[in-house]
Amino acid sequence: MNWRAIFAIVRKDLKVVLQNKGVIIPIIAVPLILFGALPWLSALTPSLINLSGISMNELTTMIERMPVGLQNELASYTFQQQTVVFFLVYMLAPMFLIIPLMVASVIAADSFAGERERRTLEALLYSPTSDRELFIAKLLSSWLAAIVVALAGFLLYALMANAAAWPTMGMVFLPNWMWVVLVLWVSPAAAGLGLGTMVLVSGRAQGFQDAYQTGGVVVLPILLLMFGQISGAMYFGVWVTFLIGLVLWSIDVALIWFGSRIFRRGRLIARL
Amino acid sequence: MNPTVITAENLTRRFDDNVAVNNLSLEVYAGEIFGFLGHNGAGKTTTIRLLNGVLEAHSGSIRILGMDPLTDGPSLRARTGVLTESASLDARLTARYNLNIYADLFGVPCNKVAFRVSELLEFFGLSEYADDKVETYSTGMRQRLALARTLLHDPEILFLDEPTSGLDPLATHQVNELITNLANEKGRTVFLCTHNLVEAQKLCDRVAVMEYGRLVALGTPADLAQQYIRRFDVDIETAPDQMGIALDLLSNASSLTQGLPRQINGSITITVTGREVIPDLLSFLVNQGIRVFQFIAHEPTLEDVYFALHGEKEVLQ
Repeated sequence: MNWRAIFAIVRKDLKVVLQNKGVIIPIIAVPLILFGALPWLSALTPSLINLSGISMNELTTMIERMPVGLQNELASYTFQQQTVVFFLVYMLAPMFLIIPLMVASVIAADSFAGERERRTLEALLYSPTSDRELFIAKLLSSWLAAIVVALAGFLLYALMANAAAWPTMGMVFLPNWMWVVLVLWVSPAAAGLGLGTMVLVSGRAQGFQDAYQTGGVVVLPILLLMFGQISGAMYFGVWVTFLIGLVLWSIDVALIWFGSRIFRRGRLIARL
Repeated sequence: MNPTVITAENLTRRFDDNVAVNNLSLEVYAGEIFGFLGHNGAGKTTTIRLLNGVLEAHSGSIRILGMDPLTDGPSLRARTGVLTESASLDARLTARYNLNIYADLFGVPCNKVAFRVSELLEFFGLSEYADDKVETYSTGMRQRLALARTLLHDPEILFLDEPTSGLDPLATHQVNELITNLANEKGRTVFLCTHNLVEAQKLCDRVAVMEYGRLVALGTPADLAQQYIRRFDVDIETAPDQMGIALDLLSNASSLTQGLPRQINGSITITVTGREVIPDLLSFLVNQGIRVFQFIAHEPTLEDVYFALHGEKEVLQ
């Protein structure tokens, strides 16, 4: 495997992405809003409960619907603390997955479809890399970037959540084990889902925008997880989170396997 | 004869119903400049793609530098350099960054990358703009940068698709000189796709002419001219007072000439039926007492060959 060539392509792709404001602005702005501002808003939930129309009983019902293990975890907290933990630890957990998914999708769309649109792919195809090396390089550029942004976003979130909820909690409550699994196991898989989808979509897309818009459907599973948790159908316990990761990784493997079948020089150059 | 570095046998590639390359067989020798001519859609770019293992042929075989492009693609491409028709540069990156990336891709030794990149930027007159983004470059500058990228790893075979397109006359001259030097002094093989027949005539040792995917002619420009051009124009300057007599004589020399003589700018131009009749024509005039001051037989050009092959219907774009 020619790793020097692979990392040259990764460097190039990331450098090109960094020059594209249309790509870089959402990559920076969305995590900042989600992880910088949302914890402050959520930390104020106890005092906003009456304003937002959610009654204390409704919240109690939601907590009662949680698995016994999670209820036990919350039992040691006061009601106000339970509210904070409920929102910041559990309700916003699925939303966190949007970040690696989005970053991987945007960069993969730029790397696969955008490269063809900019007419820079042909020179790359004449380089002494194999189809597999080229494919791995393209996957790595979006996947690594998504992981870095997700980790940075998580650190920001943990910092902001603990700081915002300090008056109520008086202790560091995030991350817990579920979040460790979420960040280290599920979020790389969510990134894989985004880029795997984009690899398939980019094969037929006209350009970056087309690929990104078509591949947007990939956010649906994450929305389902969010609604599942809000409706009480499921909760992000450690094992549930682990299983979600396992399912996502399985989908990733399938998507990337199909992607590698269509990522062939002859096929790519014939579409230029 | 130099060893063969490219051998293609009965190469065919289709795109749906369109046969882009049809039963193409050719050999290219080490150190030669091989011109690959043809109209748009003649199959030139597809052939380059097939030869570099970027596209798979539906039938036929290829050996380049002893390798099969499909099974040894990466090793082969490490020894060839391809200048594509579009410059294919990352416009958002600087010229230096573009070259640095490709130096890594082509395995230029790490300790030589900076020197090699600077050397090529200097050679192509881009040093001053090396750290500017390529999006600020003119077409000519982009073409020069793309050429620099092609030469980064000092390839043994260069595939150049319209290398002087978009260049001004000075840069064109410089690139043509570079191509000649690469072949003559460094022994590099150049596979040159061009529409510029004058350039091809000047640079190429041998040329192949493609038409709708088929190879229709192959040889040195002189051989092709001899093979395909049967008519030569000859300019004759006689003593001014004998011009009328000469015109009359030539009008009646139908065994040697074709058509009527034309009087152009104080001399006569006549078309003869073949190279072998040129001495006879001169003897005929001299024997008739005509004093000939100048007798210039125009060698047929590649352009004449090209248009003869295309029935003078095709117009190069």
